[in-house]
Amino acid sequence: MASAAETQPFRSRRRRRFRERALTGSTPFLLIVPLLVVMATILGYPLYWLFRLSTQQYGLFQLIAHHGTSVGLKNFSSVLHDQVFWHTLVRTVVFTAVNVGLTMGLGLLIALLLTKLSAWVRVLLSSGLVLVWAMPVVVAVQVWYWMTNFQNGVLNYVLTQLHLGNFDQHDWYATTTSQLGMVTLLIVWGALPFVAITLYAGLAQVPRDLVEAAEVDGARPWRVFRDITLPILRPILLILTSLSIIWDFGVFTQPYLLIGQSKITPGNYLMSVYLWEEGYFKTDFGRGAAISILMLFIVALLSVAYVRRMVRIGREVA
Amino acid sequence: MKRAGWNAVGVAVFLVMVFPVFWMVSTAFKPDSQVISLTPTWIPLHPTLSHFTAALDKPYFWRDVLNSLIVVGVTVAASIVVALLAALALARYRFTGREVFIVLVIGIQMLPQIGLIIPLYVVLAQYHLVNTLTGVILTEMTFVLPFCVWTLRGFLVGLPKELEEAGLVDGSTRLGVFVKILLPLMAPGLVATSIFAFITVWNEYIFARLLLNDQRKQTLTIWLSYFSGTSRHTDWGALMAASTLTAIPVVVFFLLVQRKIAFGLTAGAVKA
Repeated sequence: MASAAETQPFRSRRRRRFRERALTGSTPFLLIVPLLVVMATILGYPLYWLFRLSTQQYGLFQLIAHHGTSVGLKNFSSVLHDQVFWHTLVRTVVFTAVNVGLTMGLGLLIALLLTKLSAWVRVLLSSGLVLVWAMPVVVAVQVWYWMTNFQNGVLNYVLTQLHLGNFDQHDWYATTTSQLGMVTLLIVWGALPFVAITLYAGLAQVPRDLVEAAEVDGARPWRVFRDITLPILRPILLILTSLSIIWDFGVFTQPYLLIGQSKITPGNYLMSVYLWEEGYFKTDFGRGAAISILMLFIVALLSVAYVRRMVRIGREVA
Repeated sequence: MKRAGWNAVGVAVFLVMVFPVFWMVSTAFKPDSQVISLTPTWIPLHPTLSHFTAALDKPYFWRDVLNSLIVVGVTVAASIVVALLAALALARYRFTGREVFIVLVIGIQMLPQIGLIIPLYVVLAQYHLVNTLTGVILTEMTFVLPFCVWTLRGFLVGLPKELEEAGLVDGSTRLGVFVKILLPLMAPGLVATSIFAFITVWNEYIFARLLLNDQRKQTLTIWLSYFSGTSRHTDWGALMAASTLTAIPVVVFFLLVQRKIAFGLTAGAVKA
């Protein structure tokens, strides 16, 4: 009996240890199961439907009947033979290039400016940037709409007062270039804080003594910037640029709301607006699915570099 | 250039950047005569609250605030719980398929929302979830969930593993360590992530616009986007008052968490 009493705690401890090890082995999987189940339901299943829809004739009638008619690759060929698609693609690429260029350029300038300021101006400017950053997009659209309206918008008043021309009753939403220009202003304004503040944080990594040593050696500010600051900033610049490209290429809310649905035409489509109008608004879900796949494919290509870099960061385990 | 010169440039940039926000608030408090005047009044010396009452009296304002709160509350609560578990797995364990999992978590956040509207609409229509808050909550989670996983992972990686190991040596179970040691340490990270998710969902436009056609079921963002309506004579004062009201909760919360979370998207590239 004595021996049984002795082995009892030993055995149970061993069993417990065994149980724990088994648990540890499967723990990470148990932890991600809920996420996988939810994502499979809300994203995986719709993605499966995206591909299915793209090969079907699927309109309002089919939506009600819950049943589409298979048409093979007709939707894709219809989109790829559509002049509007190609024009929209070119317009979106140019639009993205302009927006990203302005955002990154001005963002870098503001970040550099922040390093030159006295403490109180730096606090003032960065607080202002954070305030702008916090503004909801839909709110910003309404403010833009008010500031740029042709009757009593403050933009026309200020430009006229600055003697830049007579902007009295000037309609900023009359031509495509002007419409997209206003959208660009709105997007760049909204994106600048994130870019500027992130780059400013990056600039703090530039070693002071390295810069001072270069200055002692007689290097001009531009040389210091090109040979010391820029190489250190490079990874952050790359990440921010790729994020901006991805975001601006797929931007929807700003152009859709600022231009306004009544003024949206094939002549001023951006890719996302094209998809919304052709797929959802015209309830041609099959064709819309084909456009979605083409668009997702382009964005996936644009994202490769960014995702790769982030995965490298995600590899670390504490 | 001298410091004073740079400071002047700094103040100028500040003024230009902040002007739209200032102009929104300023317009919201101005009497109508000053709002529509062709010569702008910069600062309302005789502020009025009439635009705010006009905005609040618009149909469905409070209803849509409630809708927004429901959508935000459920989405964030559900996402945080599910995401915390997955973040634990990512931050504390090595397991097969981990790499693929990370690619998915990051990759999904890069998808343009608009690319998913077609299948989401069709699938939700099949289950009669179009024009319901449930449908919106499900769609909002597609992006909020991966975001929460990634952000919480960042916070977890920052916590020292020694504390948990000490807890295990002292005889606590894994669950005990999680509840007693890890969870309290995670509290600030959980709050910050929840607030940021709150802001994202509160501001979200595309999915809510796609699914909610009934005015009584819309979120505040959609309510605001329809505010000026199709009429040629927009009530600018009320529109700016409504915009201010929509922005206030977001701005307050954002200022609270910005320092904690701003670098989530560039995590690792900037060592804050």
